[in-house]
Amino acid sequence: MNTLSNPVNQVRPYLLSSPALLLYIGLFMIPLIMTLMLSFYSYDVDRGGVVAEFSFTNYVEVLSDSYFHGIFFRTFALSIAVTVLCVLLGTPEAYILHRMSGRWKSICMLAILGPLLVSVVVRTLGWAILFGSKGVINESLLAIGVIDTPIKLMFTNTGVIIALVHVLVPFMVLSVWASLQKLDPMIENAGLSLGASPFIVLRQIVVPQIMPGILSGSLIVFALTASAFATPSILGGRRLKVVATTAYDEYLGTLNWPLGAAIAVLLLVANVIIITTYNKFIERKYSQAFK
Amino acid sequence: MNKNSPLALLFNIVFLTFMLAPLVIICLVAFTSNGYISLPTNGFSLRWFRAIFEDSQFVDAFYLSIKLGVVSATIAILIAVPAALAFARYDFKGRSVFMALFLSPMMVPHIVLGVAFLSFLTTIGWYGTFIGIVLSHVIIVMPYALRLVLSSVVGLDQRAEKAAVSLGASNWVVFRHVTLPMILPGVVGGWVLSFITSFDEVTMSVFVASPSTTTLPVKMYAHITETIDPLIASLSALMIFITMAVMFLLDRFYGLDKILVGKGK
Repeated sequence: MNTLSNPVNQVRPYLLSSPALLLYIGLFMIPLIMTLMLSFYSYDVDRGGVVAEFSFTNYVEVLSDSYFHGIFFRTFALSIAVTVLCVLLGTPEAYILHRMSGRWKSICMLAILGPLLVSVVVRTLGWAILFGSKGVINESLLAIGVIDTPIKLMFTNTGVIIALVHVLVPFMVLSVWASLQKLDPMIENAGLSLGASPFIVLRQIVVPQIMPGILSGSLIVFALTASAFATPSILGGRRLKVVATTAYDEYLGTLNWPLGAAIAVLLLVANVIIITTYNKFIERKYSQAFK
Repeated sequence: MNKNSPLALLFNIVFLTFMLAPLVIICLVAFTSNGYISLPTNGFSLRWFRAIFEDSQFVDAFYLSIKLGVVSATIAILIAVPAALAFARYDFKGRSVFMALFLSPMMVPHIVLGVAFLSFLTTIGWYGTFIGIVLSHVIIVMPYALRLVLSSVVGLDQRAEKAAVSLGASNWVVFRHVTLPMILPGVVGGWVLSFITSFDEVTMSVFVASPSTTTLPVKMYAHITETIDPLIASLSALMIFITMAVMFLLDRFYGLDKILVGKGK
């Protein structure tokens, strides 16, 4: 790149990225700014719907009403539960995959990552069918005598958590698997040959090295759970509302767009704050691993 | 060669069962001959697959989703390729800001993009138009397109291009005959991932779709919230079969891992 002083080469990168820049200003930044403005407007049926006057009404309502507190708390608790389960299931699975080889490895990879290409609606439908009181899970548990009465999974937190783990755990496997690729197998072998048990090797050699993968996978899973819509909506129903389904109801049910916009803005802000602080934490702690 | 213990293999089997169970149950239920959700205990029937094609709403939504995926993936790639070339080749002021901006739709929850596009498209009068929904999907798929194209541009050997220039080729000829063939894997991968992302997107589309621009996932979502019947199961099974066929072809000709790696954030 010794041509930087050439005036053509100073303009060219801007020319090349200008279509994308125009697109993002017109269709990404402007809509988001409009939503931010809308969230400060108010909604009054008597005055014909949205009233374009600046006020904090919506934010006051969301931040002071225990109904909304419950929804935000449920969403947060759901995200924590799903993230923890994804770590507990996805990390060992990625390690097992990493130690496999040949044909079986690619078949297992396909089975785990393939569902990512199937619409979330389809995957959630599968769980809805499995969860029904006459669904496969209940029928088989009844048949082998583990339970006497059907367990309720449809419209419960447990059901939503199971389905969200299914939807999101491939991201965890991908993330941990990527960090396992950088692992030098000779270090594991060195540990073993020096007399460490496989468990010690796992605990003291493997886990610390794949920690960045686990942490960045957790972040993806957490953020995607916090904003999940279709799965909680289908499996949680009207009673188990999360932030995303609440924003949807305000927009398309009660038509209170300003309030819906305020909920969406709060979700976005919470998301950005969590992602950036978490990223900073990871970078500080594992700056070595990213070099 | 397998280094896993029996316990690990058992875990693997349980995990794979968990991953595949909901998809397998859909494929089984789809073949029922009953009028309600049930396993096909009294013989396999194609009754509900025929029913899909008799339902014009699902057929229309399917074609719309295909069209939407093709158009938005193509626009995204056409915009992503020059941007990726700028990022990979030039060190310019604002480079990192541009890059962060272009990848940022991945950080924004789709529900937020949905409400933003609903207000925006209504204001400019494009709500319910095909172009409106296309533009919203371009924003959603751009980061994926950009990342995969970028991965093929970075680390590209520029000597071939310099040779072409020194032999008198014009910029366009260099791009068309030297650069493009070299970055083609990233371009194809980016297009495919963009198409799939657009085709499967539901959360944002629920807001942007009007009765005349209902995509297939939105139509399916609306149907499921009303009723879960064998029709929706057979349609879902059909989508699983199509996805499996596409996956097989991609894996054969391209390498599935190259595309799936782009899915992670």
